[in-house]
Amino acid sequence: MVGTSVGRRVAVVGGCRTPFCKAGTALKDVAAVDLARQAVVELVHRANLDGTDVDEMYVVQVVPSVLAPNLAREVSLLPQFPTHIPAASVNRACASANSAIAIGNDQIAAGRANVVIAGGAESLSDIPVLHSRRFADLLVALSRAKTLGQRLRLVSGFRPRDLTPVAPAIAEPSTGETMGQSAEKMAKMNGIAREEQDKFALRSHRLAHAGAEDGRLTAEIAPVFPARGEPVTRDNGVRSDSTLEQMAKLRPVFDRKYGSVTAGNASPLTDGGAAVLLMGEDTAAALGYEPIAFIRSYAVAALDPGDQLLMGPAFAVPVALDRAGIPWSELGLVEMHEAFASQVLSNIQAFESRAWAEERLGRSEPVGEVDWNTLNVMGGSIAIGHPFGATGARITLTLANEMRRRDVQFGLISVCAQGGMGFAMVLERR
Amino acid sequence: MSDRALTVDIVDGIAKVVLDLPGAAVNTINRSVRDELDALLDQLASDDGIQAAVLLSGKPGSFIAGADIDEFVALRSRDAAYQLVRDGQRLVNRIAESRTPVVAAIHGVCLGGGFEAALACAYRVATEDRSTKIGLPEVQIGILPAAGGCQRLPRLVGVSAALDMILAGKQLPAKRAFRAGMVDELVHPAVLERVAMEAARKLAGGWRPKRRSRSLRGAMIDGTSVGRRVAYSVSRKAVAKKTGGHYPAPLAALHAVEHGMTYGMEKGLEVEASYFAELAVGDVSRRLVEIFFATTALKKDPGVPAPSPDPRPVRNLGIVGSGFMGAGIGGVAVTHAGVDVRFQDTDLERVGAGLANAQGIVQERLKRRRITKHDARRLLSLLSGGTDWQGFGRADLVVEAVFEDLAVKHDVVRQLEACVRDDCIIASNTSTIPIRSIAEVATHPGRLVGMHFFSPVHKMPLLEVIVTETTEPWVTVSAVAFGRKMGKTVIVVGDHPGFWVNRILAPYLNEAGRLLAEGESVESIDRAMTKWGFPVGPITLLDEVGLDVAHKASHVLQQAFGDRLSPMPGLTRMTSEGRLGRKTGRGFYRYEGGKKRAVDLAIYEIINAPSESTVPKEDVTRRLVYAMLNESARAVDEGVVRSPRDGDIGAVFGIGFPPFRGGPLRYLDAHGAAAAVETLRTLAEKYGDRFEPAPRLLRMAEDDAPFYPTT
Repeated sequence: MVGTSVGRRVAVVGGCRTPFCKAGTALKDVAAVDLARQAVVELVHRANLDGTDVDEMYVVQVVPSVLAPNLAREVSLLPQFPTHIPAASVNRACASANSAIAIGNDQIAAGRANVVIAGGAESLSDIPVLHSRRFADLLVALSRAKTLGQRLRLVSGFRPRDLTPVAPAIAEPSTGETMGQSAEKMAKMNGIAREEQDKFALRSHRLAHAGAEDGRLTAEIAPVFPARGEPVTRDNGVRSDSTLEQMAKLRPVFDRKYGSVTAGNASPLTDGGAAVLLMGEDTAAALGYEPIAFIRSYAVAALDPGDQLLMGPAFAVPVALDRAGIPWSELGLVEMHEAFASQVLSNIQAFESRAWAEERLGRSEPVGEVDWNTLNVMGGSIAIGHPFGATGARITLTLANEMRRRDVQFGLISVCAQGGMGFAMVLERR
Repeated sequence: MSDRALTVDIVDGIAKVVLDLPGAAVNTINRSVRDELDALLDQLASDDGIQAAVLLSGKPGSFIAGADIDEFVALRSRDAAYQLVRDGQRLVNRIAESRTPVVAAIHGVCLGGGFEAALACAYRVATEDRSTKIGLPEVQIGILPAAGGCQRLPRLVGVSAALDMILAGKQLPAKRAFRAGMVDELVHPAVLERVAMEAARKLAGGWRPKRRSRSLRGAMIDGTSVGRRVAYSVSRKAVAKKTGGHYPAPLAALHAVEHGMTYGMEKGLEVEASYFAELAVGDVSRRLVEIFFATTALKKDPGVPAPSPDPRPVRNLGIVGSGFMGAGIGGVAVTHAGVDVRFQDTDLERVGAGLANAQGIVQERLKRRRITKHDARRLLSLLSGGTDWQGFGRADLVVEAVFEDLAVKHDVVRQLEACVRDDCIIASNTSTIPIRSIAEVATHPGRLVGMHFFSPVHKMPLLEVIVTETTEPWVTVSAVAFGRKMGKTVIVVGDHPGFWVNRILAPYLNEAGRLLAEGESVESIDRAMTKWGFPVGPITLLDEVGLDVAHKASHVLQQAFGDRLSPMPGLTRMTSEGRLGRKTGRGFYRYEGGKKRAVDLAIYEIINAPSESTVPKEDVTRRLVYAMLNESARAVDEGVVRSPRDGDIGAVFGIGFPPFRGGPLRYLDAHGAAAAVETLRTLAEKYGDRFEPAPRLLRMAEDDAPFYPTT
């Protein structure tokens, strides 16, 4: 079949995640590495996994800690596993966990591994704040200074402003444009109205709330027991009581005058971790696991960050579908990462546009038409939250579980990422 | 293999001496080693080709574990003991005075006589390794360091630090021993020999190693006679408080140190030797050595008669019920056995509380520097839990610690059997319900066993493994092995009401209650037993155990054995008022901020006690002690424990029965069954039938037979 991965088929046999909590709330004292470890320990228990069966781990953190730059290794050194499991972090921004899963898929498909844990975590409560370059230089120079005189000379060059910390911005290094500004630009260029965005955000909250209430969304959540306080069991960004009127009152953040992107129709800064368990189809059978879904294909794409930054999915999805050998119409479920409502709606516009397909893809037919009954059926990142490193694994898990519940044959994932990148993956049930 | 312990290799004028006692796992110093060392010292004195020597061990993880304990146990007279220790002193002095300097290269345990030999060396290099432990633990078996340890250690590290080490019988890890100045250098095991050889070469060339000077505070205490006198007096008071006058060894060691520091090494050695001779053949040391041997033997006892199956490893532990007990078991399983622990309880708040308690046990070890920050992080990741049975499919052993109710336990067993593997052991931590009753509903009753931990689990050293008639041998040996891995002293006990510890404890606590009801004060009852050597009195113990728990246990025993074991009057009234002991902040005593305060006078009214007691003081002690002794004899007769050894160990480690008395059965043996029968008859006449001597005691009195076979 066209583009189907060579080698063994890879199954998603399990997964779980921590609750996703708004930065600065319930999980603010849990470091990203501990969120990832927590998700993986729970995965081990829920999957009745024998740690010695695991061959490799790919666990990501988009903004890594300077203290543990390879978070994956800290996870694979959990005492539930033997100490010899190699582990790597990969960075494709918000699609990092997807890339971790894709690498796991490739390693298994090629026969280089049988069992892989892939996932990620992010603590946006705990982002690394750096000293200024001048201050860092001073510290380095001081450590090398040999005489008191040298030290005094160095210290005398110190200025209080050198202490001004440098916080990482969610901005494109290549253009200086922040994510929010990009989303704002896309809303304007594609004519996505404020009300449309707010409605989409409201939909995300309502569906996520329903999914949490009926237990489908909470089924993938492992509680976190913080050192102090109550056990954390649910995503705390999901609102059951928001109304369109309330959302309309929020002021645009990135363009106060003519803008439409607000805190309400964008994904919040979030803490959380998630992991999935991948196995070769034969391995799963041999170890007695019933696959939830199989990975059918995936694709990545990139575009000029100066263009519409978050349009990556519109380029990656058609390739993934081609590789899967199926048309959009065969998709029974679609999970799109919701960075911003304007970004989701812009991409959908592109998927459905013949003109766009002709112009940007050189295809005569549009990518596909979205069936709103099968899109983000339990909401998405706007309501649930978006811990950068965890989202890809969360979406894969949410989709796989729902595909099993509905017994859907094909499902699609799309994720936009910093740098003008897009990721898409097709899962299949049988 | 040669039958000699020492091999000497001369490399460039340095004698490399390797001690490797043939046929032993660890090096100890016995007669033949002493003879060989003597010969070596002759050679060092006469052979001009040898400029220095290095003493190494050929055993992994053991430099020298101490003097040969069998030789010590075989001592029958004071004179023989004196001769033995003088011999040892002479040998160690020869090392110290050798004109050829000797370097000790220490890897592994370096204890007692082994450390005393090292102390006599000119230089000590130790490895920075987990296996390296250094100390003078002699007082723990009722004797004192008598090969110069009480002389050379204070001269090396100062009086106060030395007393600290010797009086408590401490064993220090290498790093702390180095910091205390007990060794001169700390190195990686891979370079130990090289560094020691190099040091020997330098010493031969006239190098005098510089020892660190003491801190100002150290200099003021250890460096002046007034300071030292203060140190002796402080230590003397501390020892008196700690031993209650029951253990002579620490005080003897203190005198030996003081005498030697005041009148010189030679006089000190004489004092060391004469104290040793007296203590070595004394009762206290004999009892402590017996307990040492019993626990050592228990460590090797698989728990079932030969041929015993191999224990199956426990890597994943499930715990049902994350209350204080379950959490304690989980915490210790993590800190000591490093297993993956999964809790299950009915709601997440309970699971969270249990996890927090278990984490607390890990944190406490971190605070006491028993583990590093990195260890703690690893261990904490082993604790998890939920409200469902996820993860229990991985379990090799599940311990249930749910509410003491048979229906609840049955429900747990049914649910567990639906989710665990067929080869998973199911253990109950019940203290009152027969294991066979719990096993009634099991599809595989052979895998059910009792694991009766004591509270608080991280502090109480005993574990009773309860076996029923259907418990399969592999289950017993696996439970025993795992309990041992958790750091517990494990005894295997039959499935009889109250098992062993609670069985012999109940009549003792009941008797305390009777005395209260007869007008005896809480303090006088507690004092009687602490004076007799218990760490706490029975009333304090009741408060610690929890009055509800004691009441429940007592009730079960009364049902099984009738009025002999009827609970103390007034206990029901105490519990119905919510006075459950320490955990509720009030029992017989009041508790504030976790600290025991005064007796709560209100209890006398609740108990409805007369204001004066007519019980003579000596009867208070006798009634309490003999209630326990008599019940021990009955329980042994019924086969509750496999041997008197297990019974005594259970009483010492489970109840705090005074170790210097050896345990209830040793105590009965020491005083003779006939005397015990007579005392019991007197008590029965005065205080009631419950003191009727146990049939076993009557038989023993008639046959003049002890519990322990005489050797």
